[in-house]
Formats: sequence, C-alpha cells, structure tokens
Amino acid sequence: MGLLNNHGVFERHSLLLTIGILITVSIGGLIQMAPLFYMENTIEKVEGMRPYTPLEVAGRNIYLREGCYVCHSQMVRPLRDEVERYGHYSLAAESMYDHPFQWGSKRTGPDLARVGRKYSDEWHVDHLIDPRALVPESIMPPYAFLAEKSLDFRHIQDDLKALRAVGVPYTDEMIENASMDLRAQVDPDIYFDEQDALVARYTEASGREGTVQIRDFDQDPDRITEMDALVAYLQMTGTLVDFSTYEAEDLMNAR
Amino acid sequence: MVSAFLCVFAVLAILIAGNATDHLMGVHALLFFSAIVAWLVGIALWAGKLGDRDPFDETEYEDTLVKFGVAASMFWSLAGLLVGVIIACQLTWPNLFYFEELGWTNFGRLRPLHTSAVIFAFGGNVLLATSFHVVQRTTRARLFGGMWPWFVFWGYQLFIVLAATGYLMGITQSKEYAEPEWYADLWLTIVWVAYLIIFLGTLWKRKEPHIYVANWFYLSFIVTIAMLHIVNNLSLPVSLGSAKSYQLFAGVQDALTQWWYGHNAVGFFLTTGFLAIMYYYIPKRVDRPVYSYRLSIVHFWSLIFIYIWAGPHHLHYTALPQWAQTLGMTFSIMLWMPSWGGMINGVMTLSGAWDKLRTDPVVRMMVVSLAFYGMATFEGPLMSVRAVNSLSHYTEWGIGHVHSGALGWVGFISFGALYCLTQWLYKRKSLYSIALVEWHFWLATIGIVFYIVALWFAGIMEGLMWRAYNDFGFLEYSFVETVEAKHISYIIRTVGGLLYLSGALIMSYNLIRTALGHERINQPTDANPVSQPPAAAELQPAE
Repeated sequence: MGLLNNHGVFERHSLLLTIGILITVSIGGLIQMAPLFYMENTIEKVEGMRPYTPLEVAGRNIYLREGCYVCHSQMVRPLRDEVERYGHYSLAAESMYDHPFQWGSKRTGPDLARVGRKYSDEWHVDHLIDPRALVPESIMPPYAFLAEKSLDFRHIQDDLKALRAVGVPYTDEMIENASMDLRAQVDPDIYFDEQDALVARYTEASGREGTVQIRDFDQDPDRITEMDALVAYLQMTGTLVDFSTYEAEDLMNAR
Repeated sequence: MVSAFLCVFAVLAILIAGNATDHLMGVHALLFFSAIVAWLVGIALWAGKLGDRDPFDETEYEDTLVKFGVAASMFWSLAGLLVGVIIACQLTWPNLFYFEELGWTNFGRLRPLHTSAVIFAFGGNVLLATSFHVVQRTTRARLFGGMWPWFVFWGYQLFIVLAATGYLMGITQSKEYAEPEWYADLWLTIVWVAYLIIFLGTLWKRKEPHIYVANWFYLSFIVTIAMLHIVNNLSLPVSLGSAKSYQLFAGVQDALTQWWYGHNAVGFFLTTGFLAIMYYYIPKRVDRPVYSYRLSIVHFWSLIFIYIWAGPHHLHYTALPQWAQTLGMTFSIMLWMPSWGGMINGVMTLSGAWDKLRTDPVVRMMVVSLAFYGMATFEGPLMSVRAVNSLSHYTEWGIGHVHSGALGWVGFISFGALYCLTQWLYKRKSLYSIALVEWHFWLATIGIVFYIVALWFAGIMEGLMWRAYNDFGFLEYSFVETVEAKHISYIIRTVGGLLYLSGALIMSYNLIRTALGHERINQPTDANPVSQPPAAAELQPAE
C-alpha cells in the first residue's frame, strides 16, 4: 500500500507527527461537542426552571464536596422501571444551571434526581446522621458532622457572581441579597419580610408558584448548619420543572 | 533557570496564602510554597556536592531520574491499592470502616483519592519513568533540557500531593477523574507543557533517523492529555483566594465534555501510554522485533482517531441528544478492531521466543496484560451497545470492567516494565528473586479473577433486579434489597483486591532487593534459563 510506504515522513519529522496527532484527535470531539453549544434543541424549553437559591447553592456545594456523585446519579433514564421507581425521566433543561453537571455514573445508592419532597426533612436529617438507623442494610457513610458544623456563607455572594459569569441568570437583586436570602430561607420566623422578597425573586425567575421551600430544614433553630443547606438542596432536586405543562410527545421536545 | 522560574511561583503562592478567603486555600498555598523552598534547598545542597562533575553530561543517559520514577511508581501503587482495599471494605462492612468523627474518611472523599492515586500517581509515574527511559534509548540522546526533566518529575509529585490532600479536605470540582481544583489544574498544565517540550526536544536531538513507534504513542498521549485536560477543566474561580471554582459549561454540554475527557483519559492515559510501554519493553525483553511494522502504523492512527469519538457511550439514555449517543456507540464498536490489532502486534512479537512465557514470569506478566487488554477492549464495545448499556450502566459491572482493564492491563504491563527497568538500570544479571515474581504473578492474577467475576455477578444481578417486575406488574425489589444482595460479591471483591495488593507488596520487596544488588542463589536467571523452573513447580494457583 502506497500510503503506508509514505509513513516515513511522520517518522522523520516530529513536528509533522505532533500536528498529525493533534488533527486526528480533534476531529471526533469537534463534531460531537461543538453542535451541542449551538443547536437550539439541545435543551428543551420548559416552565419552572430557575437559578438555585443561595441556600441551595451552598447545599449543592456540600453535595459536591462530600462526593455524593460517586454513588448517586441524578439522571433518570426513560426506561419503564426507572420512571416507576424514581419519577419522570430527566430533561436536559433540569441540569442547565448545574456547573458542573451531577448526572453521575454509578448507582451504589439510588438516583437522586427526583428525591426532592419525597421524604420529610426529619427523615433526611436522621438518615444523613446515621443511615443504618433508618435503613439497616444501607452501606452509606454517616454524615453526622454536617449537623454539628455551622454553614460558612461569608462568600456566598461571590459564588453567585461566579455562577452568573458562567451563565446562570442571577439578577443584580439576587446577588445583592444573597446572604440575607440564605438566612431567610432557613429561619422564617425572624426574617419575615425578607422571606417574602426571597420568594418573590425566585418565583419570578421560575415563572411558577411554590418552588421555594422555606423552613428550618434541620430542626435546629439555634444556627444555620451544613445540614440545613444540604437538605434544602435535596428537597429542591427535581421539583422545579412543571411537568403538567411539559409535552413529551411534542416534536420540539424529541431528541 | 528552573529555580528562578519556581521563585516566581513561590511569590505567587505566598500572595495567595496571604489573601486566602478560605483556610483550605491557605493550607494549600503554604504547602506549595514549602515544596518550592524544599526544591531550592535540595538544589543548593546537590550543586554544592557536584564538584567538577558535569551533571548534564551529553554522553550519558539521564537514568537517575528514571530510577526516581520507578521508586515513585512503586510507592504510589501501594498507596493507591491500599486505599482501594479500604474503600472496598467500607462498602462491605460499613459498620466497621466508617467513623462518625472522621468525616473526611468517608467513601465519597476516599474514592477520588483511590482513582487519582492509581491512575495519575501510579500510572502517571510509570509513564513518566518509562517515557524518559524509552525516548532516550530509541533516540540515542540524553534527555533534553538539563534540569527541566527533574522539574517535571517533582512538579508532577507536587500536583499529586495537592490533589490528594485536597480530596481529603473536601476540595474537589466533582468531575470524575478530574477532581483537582483550578489552581492544581493550572499547575499541572505548566508541568505538562514542560513535559511535552522535553519529549519533543529529545526527539529533535535524536541520532536515529526514524522516530520509533513507542514514541508515537507517548507523543499522542502527551499531546492529547494536554488537550483533554485544558478543555475539561475550563472553570472560573470564585476568587483568587478561593479554592472553589465553577465549571464554564453546565448540564448536558458539561456532561459530554466530561465523558469526552473521561473516556479518553482511559484512551490516551491508560491505553496509548501503556501501548508505548508494550512496544518497547516486550520486544526488548524477549529480544525479538515488533511483529508487524505496518500493523503498528494502522494500529496507531486508527486507534487515536476512533478513540476520541467514544465518550458518549457513557451517556446512553440520558438527556444527551440521541445522535450523539449513537455516534459514540458506533465508534466504540469500531474501536474493537484497532484495540485487538495492537494486542495481536504485541503478542505475536513473541514469535520465535514463546518459551520465554514459561521461563520468564516478567514476560508472562506482560503477555497476560495483553490478554486482559484484549478482554477489556472486547467487553467495552459490548457494554457500549445501547441495549446492553441499559442493563450494565450504573451497576457494578462498570466497576468490574474498569478493573479488568486497570488491574489486568495497566497494572501488569506496568509491573513488567518496573521489573525490567529495575534490573536494567541497576545493571543486575537477574532480579533478586524470580520465585517472588511468580508469587506476584499468581496472587495478582487470582486477585483479578476474584475481583471481576464477583462484580460481573453483582452488576448483572442488580441490573436485573432493578428492572424486575412481579406478577402484579409492580417493581419486584426495593433499591436496598439490591444493595443487600451484593454483600457476598463485595466480600469476594475485597479479597481479590487484597490479593492484588499483596502481590504489589511482594514486587516492591523484590525490586528493592534487586536495586540493592542482592541475588538469590539457586534460581533460573534470564541469561541462563533452565527447562524446569523450580519456582513455578512449587507454587500452584490453589493456595
């Protein structure tokens, strides 16, 4: 074969070889990845998705920090058993504000894409403190320390700013009030007015009532703990999109 | 010059330490600073002892660095495997191996430590050591860049320490196999560019007209990993004093970028890099030429072209558009061919020297690694078929698949190279003990078989249980019943991991004794193989 006989060119010129390699390995990635950023139907249009509240962002960061993604996926596949076990299959839109995504790759524990509002706060807190107290066969690590540790949210505003810079549509108002919004979501009795403002801000972004859950998530009224944040995040996951208005059969939503 | 370059970073590190907004970042900046100070002190002490000796004598190979690389590989393999056994124990006996007061030892933080330690610390050091060794021998030139190769070596170790301590403290960007945060990523980029320049520089200095095939593979590994690393780690730090950053991409785009990276970390870190090892150490050890030159050309270009497309098979049935999933599946199946082409090229290199399989357990180890490579690269395309994937995805099958590749292929070819390197670099007639290599080989092989069979069983079982329906049309099992059902498999897996770890311990002992110049009497040597190896006879797989 003539082509093979000319291979000596690459073997004698290291730069040609390097460039040849670079071109060869770029093609596949470009063809697969680039269109996703431009094609309009990569992410379907849905109602209800909104940026996460500051408390949810803080909780999500704890979820990342503890490596929950190592054992829990957040991606319900459109298979009969999964839809029956976990709920409606996941949409691309539901992770559009996830920097980075948390789809996961392994289910050592169950999928968490729709764990929100499935269990009570008490269940989550007790389960996180000692998983085997509630589920004897569980192999999940205990996270009792989250309930002991005060949440550090001194820089929550910077977090929201960084998220806005990478494309999450936080408004100026949301960023300005980040710290107060966080406190108001977890301590409703003290921050009555701020609570209304928080709900108004994120309801407007969502276009849908009732996506902001306000309460003392860890039942420890004395302080805001990491447990508060994590449970707030978990109780929100998968609850934002309004599936009563989502038409799966619509051609615009076909992938 | 390296030192001056590092001083700039030392100043940067101190600035960041002073302005750190979270104390974790402060800890890391100080760690970084101390590492640079240690380097400067080390250099000063070393330069003081030099006398008249030219440390960069062009007529000699830079082999001291390769010896350091061998030692580092040995150390990190033990560390990484040990963490692996620990986390296997955690899943098997959660009541014994989780400690409520020690949250940082939880599975979620230790698993990235395990994967990074075995892939990047162990695998990476093997690749550094072997590439520096191979590129010098096949170009007949000393490594390019004087002190810079040492910068790459120590800079890489610093990256590993930053990553590992970061995971334990909870610093992670939560992208699998790319967990280190932005500053560690930037540091690795600098180290990697230096690595590329050293490698290319050595090629430019070569005294051979042709670039040997192993170097094509090393070069593709270095170039492609640079590309993958940079694109997948594009992120925006919350502030310069914060360890936290947010990824530039979100959701579906981030998912595809991640698995484009993740799958090609397998493809270009754990495959092409180690194929380079195959293309040098197997021919060298058995003293035969590579089986087919043409096959190696076809193998090389088709492998690197096709591999890069395969990532989306990690995202079957997800919210990724289906055309991308289908492309990923198609190319994954096509990938089977170049993979096996490479395997055939490696195995057939033994033509005319098949007896070495019997007499030299190091050769046997490397050939068995190719068998595992062949098995894993058949299993991979199978699992990437959408219908199979609907069962296998999210289950232990994936973990088993990864380990047949990692323990069988990457581990064994690396151990083979480490045995070769230690014997050759210290100019020993033979390894300290061939019998111990036999022990290593059998313990590790049985360990792998335990491991992968247990996880095939666990994975397929849980996949079937998740989708099982009872007579009334309801799901048959709750999730936790599937967890409970895997307990026995988890025990067998842990035993398999322990066996593999003990094999690596035996290897380390053997390598150290070899380096020290010890030699056992009454053993067959490479130079003088006997027809009945006593070591093989006294040891059967059943123990």
